[in-house]
Amino acid sequence: MDMTRVLISVGVMAGVTYLIRMLPMAAVRKRIENVTVRSFLYYVPYAVLSAMTFPDILEATGSAATAAVGTIAAVALAFWGKGLLTVAVGASAAVYLASLLF
Amino acid sequence: MREKKEFIEGLKDGLPICLGYLSVSFAYGMRAVLAGLPLGVAGLISLSNLTSAGQFAGTNLILAGGTCLEIAVTTLVINLRYFLMSLSLSQKVEEKMPLRKRLAVSFGVTDEIFAVSMQHPGPLSAAYMAGMILLPVAGWTGGTLIGGMATNLLPERLSGALGIALYGMFIAVIVPPARKSRPVLFTVVFAGLCSIGIRYLPWIKELSGGWGIIIITILVSGIAAVLFPVKAEREEE
Repeated sequence: MDMTRVLISVGVMAGVTYLIRMLPMAAVRKRIENVTVRSFLYYVPYAVLSAMTFPDILEATGSAATAAVGTIAAVALAFWGKGLLTVAVGASAAVYLASLLF
Repeated sequence: MREKKEFIEGLKDGLPICLGYLSVSFAYGMRAVLAGLPLGVAGLISLSNLTSAGQFAGTNLILAGGTCLEIAVTTLVINLRYFLMSLSLSQKVEEKMPLRKRLAVSFGVTDEIFAVSMQHPGPLSAAYMAGMILLPVAGWTGGTLIGGMATNLLPERLSGALGIALYGMFIAVIVPPARKSRPVLFTVVFAGLCSIGIRYLPWIKELSGGWGIIIITILVSGIAAVLFPVKAEREEE
């Protein structure tokens, strides 16, 4: 394996990724006043996180059945207002128990 | 004093992310080393990239002998969602945060760190962000190194169970507000349905991966913004 090529490639990956993250934060330093743009940015987290969760969560455990159990557990815990850690651990525990059954 | 308190608060909020990262990066380190990448390079990739899908794809390209251009474009497309997240975060960090701190904090914008930041009440200080980013970076890099050294320690049943942990966090971020606010519920359901559609409908399956997430996010957030404009006071809830 040509280490120089590998290290340059790693540098390219890191550089591109950092620029994507850094540019908006460095360029937009004032509060945006436009209501539509503000509203758009308000909804971004919910849209992006939902699109990333579904349907990928069903493939997260290696079994759609145990993943479905974990998803239901996570939604139920979140619905009852539990925090991040509780929901994450609860979903994992549900998947583990389900994998003993299925 | 206030900075120290916020830093510690950040550390606490970063701990669950760190634990989730440990298991995912463990799998990454294992696969990368088994595929022939030196352990140190795998660790360096995790430390310098701090991404999941982006670096997995990049690693595969490196191993397959991809060109720098291929690697750059693939990384760009898969990670472009961070642009939107960072833009959203730029409105959530303290307006007076100096440029050098913005440059430092933006290194840590990941899906999970973004999710936790947006759910934190009030503006985000650099001290809080630094605290929240620290443990996940350590967990992500450490997990990669441990995974690369121990090529099969984690029983399958356990790694499957841990695989859902990060998605559980996303659900913990989106469900409570969706329960309280109709527009957020609309956004969550609409985006989820679009994402499922993109995955399974035959003629748009090609959009899967990086582009799909970006298009859905822009489309759904845009429609929600037009249908349900957010008044300044409601956002402060």
